[in-house]
Amino acid sequence: MLNQQIQSLCDTVKHAYETKQALNIQGGNSKSFYANHVDAQTISTTDLSGIIEYQPSELYITAHAGTPLQIIEDTLTEHKQMFSFEPPYYSPSTTLGGSIACGLSGPRRPYADAIRDCILGTDIINGKGEHLSFGGKVIKNVAGYDVSRLMCGAFGTLGIITQASIKVLPKPEHEITLLFEHHQQQAKKNIQDWLNSLIPITATYFQNDHLWIRISGLENIVSTIHKKLGGEKIHSSKTFWQAIKNHQADFFQTDIPLWRCIVPHNTNEIVLQGESCFEWNGGLRWIKSEETAEKVFKTCQTLNGYASLFRSKEKPADCFAPMNNQVKKLHMNLKHAFDPENILNPGRMYSWC
Amino acid sequence: MYSQKSLNTDEIHHKHMLDRSEIPALFSSCLPKACIFTSIEKLRPYECDAYTAYRSLPLAVLLPETKQQVIDIVKTCQKYQLPIVTRGAGTGLSGGAHPIENGILLNLSKLNQIYEINHELQYARVGPGVRNLAISEAASTYDLYYAPDPSSQIACTIGGNIAENSGGVHCLKYGLTVHNILEITFVNIDGEVITVGSECYENPGYDLLALLTGSEGMLAIMIQAKVKLLPKPANKEVILAAFNRIEDAGEAVANIIASGVIPAGLEMMDQAVIQATENFCQAGYPTDAAAILLCELDGFDEALQWEIQQVTQQCNQCHATSVRKANNAQEQELFWKGRKSAFPAIGQLAPDYLCMDGTIPRQHLAHVLGEISNISERIGLPVANVFHAGDGNLHPLIMYDANNAGELDKAEEIGSQILELCVSVGGTITGEHGVGIEKLNQMCVQFNSQELIQFEQVKLAFDPERLFNPGKAIPTLQRCAEFGAMHVHAGELPFKDIPRF
Repeated sequence: MLNQQIQSLCDTVKHAYETKQALNIQGGNSKSFYANHVDAQTISTTDLSGIIEYQPSELYITAHAGTPLQIIEDTLTEHKQMFSFEPPYYSPSTTLGGSIACGLSGPRRPYADAIRDCILGTDIINGKGEHLSFGGKVIKNVAGYDVSRLMCGAFGTLGIITQASIKVLPKPEHEITLLFEHHQQQAKKNIQDWLNSLIPITATYFQNDHLWIRISGLENIVSTIHKKLGGEKIHSSKTFWQAIKNHQADFFQTDIPLWRCIVPHNTNEIVLQGESCFEWNGGLRWIKSEETAEKVFKTCQTLNGYASLFRSKEKPADCFAPMNNQVKKLHMNLKHAFDPENILNPGRMYSWC
Repeated sequence: MYSQKSLNTDEIHHKHMLDRSEIPALFSSCLPKACIFTSIEKLRPYECDAYTAYRSLPLAVLLPETKQQVIDIVKTCQKYQLPIVTRGAGTGLSGGAHPIENGILLNLSKLNQIYEINHELQYARVGPGVRNLAISEAASTYDLYYAPDPSSQIACTIGGNIAENSGGVHCLKYGLTVHNILEITFVNIDGEVITVGSECYENPGYDLLALLTGSEGMLAIMIQAKVKLLPKPANKEVILAAFNRIEDAGEAVANIIASGVIPAGLEMMDQAVIQATENFCQAGYPTDAAAILLCELDGFDEALQWEIQQVTQQCNQCHATSVRKANNAQEQELFWKGRKSAFPAIGQLAPDYLCMDGTIPRQHLAHVLGEISNISERIGLPVANVFHAGDGNLHPLIMYDANNAGELDKAEEIGSQILELCVSVGGTITGEHGVGIEKLNQMCVQFNSQELIQFEQVKLAFDPERLFNPGKAIPTLQRCAEFGAMHVHAGELPFKDIPRF
């Protein structure tokens, strides 16, 4: 299947390996704003398109890496299923491969899965131009090291993903979004109390003393919960969360550098200048701030989290917070293990990797 | 009394020339004398883990009591180029903790402290020697629990669970170990302490947490972990359905999942297992059924009622001969008791059995079970099947008698053919038990030479001297060549320049 296209990509990589020429891997080019820029010849995966295998009762879908995510999600919706990690788009051209490589999960992440949790198998082309297959199509699989999951969030620096099998789940029958007026402290306390009493919350968003929560499940259950919790039911739940997930909401329309801060969800406040909002019970905070990269990195690190500069006109040397030397060394060793000539997206994730 | 085989260790480099008698002196500055075992009587209990077909004695067993002792031991091992096999409770079924004759066996069972239960961030911070079930017991004060529940959960340790990426009966809904670990602190081959992961919902950089989970002790030695705790489910129900045809049971499984229900547990047993367990513990299983399904559902009241309805309806539509819901907690226990006694029950039917662990896409269930029965007849040993049906994980139990010459070989041949069958339908040779030494040959079937070399490169990124658990999990190309099952990739002969590793 698409053997010719895959062979041609392998040949390109093999040539690059032999001539030590760097390659800039591109899917739908929807997240080129994210992390570092790679100044190199572009190698595109968009020819690798199409769903390879999907049987709803098997709870997985296998597709070529260059398949537009929208096509896959539409197919899942037809069969009342979904990706439980609710991947963000940022542009309609987003592909499956790019979503895996960037490792971003959407609003449902704390209540269901992260994208890395759903990776069952990936086929990749490594830095020597070899087409390799890791993992499989089953949730339980411990044969060999978990190389397929390692590709998630690696920004293509360990291999070009050519296809992937991803876990899918049934889509809840119904969902509503409730709006509350709360201080941040109260909002976080309420969310935690509701989660502890097993209320089926599937998304949270807080901004300017307003808390939105999404409840999913059978229609009668969702309405019972609405009665119990109160709050104002908003008009279009779906549109609201899409705007948050894909950054179309007003908060994200800005020229100020946008920071993505991941912290333990019970963190009180991240003391940085600038407007902020949170998702994931408080575990993901978006901050519009002119503070220096060094300060943002340091502040989040002190809170046992990490920060990345998500969108900005001007970029520091690295958009991700620095890591300690030992972990850095492991990264470099792994990079060398997959890509000995450092030709696959060099510097895309970290300038040194 | 036991037709034992000894492990072929040719593949493992013998780098040092140390004698057993020299070991205590080497480690005397690392840990107390009483924690260093070198006498044959004291080594004997460690000659194998729960994969008992092979036995070997290590040079010494070291039983550290602190993290610092582990660090000092690793440094000493590196200095003298001594291989290290790490072991927890020794319940592993694939020989992952099988000792190496010229190496150290590092027993971490004394690092069994639960340091912290954090109910706000919902995690437990534990040492590697903490028993799986002990975590849930400690967390129950806060109505929390640790979800992965391998059948050996009373005894097995979290260190071993992480090394093998252990599963259990609730994986379809709650995931494997890899989905339930937040942070790992490990000692690398240089004796440095490194932490990966965090209390957060996401971590930067390469997913080292995933890579270490299931790495069978070949990349690092874990000395502390933060594991995810979940609120205990509000309610649970257990349904028992019987079928006259195994195909019907298989179809019911697919239809239950297609209907939108994700059961907390969904187990299948074939007739051989039903009868054995019924004799063993009288769980009330219908002994005339060709297959039974055991379905556990948990959740919110109304949602739970809807799920019960769906499951009952789907089983009935697939010609279930009976569908019963346990009336109370005691009956639920009883339904589960049969499933949980499956292994000991089979143990009563035959002196020895091999437990396979292949996983397949569920749609191939009926075909695979049919083929297993053919293989069993052809080679001439009985096979009983228990099956984590929800996630496609098969446990065929191959019964044999090690006292009868040649039966172990036959059993291994059946096992080998079953695993190759699993690979041929798009499945995998091991779902939750790991490769260890047991499935090294089948790794040559599932992966081609380039993929095996890539695995080896990953190993070298962590452990360039190959001191952590050498000879396990990833076969050498030499071995695959001898086994004769290596994939030939793109028409190239893979054995041109065989690297020895």
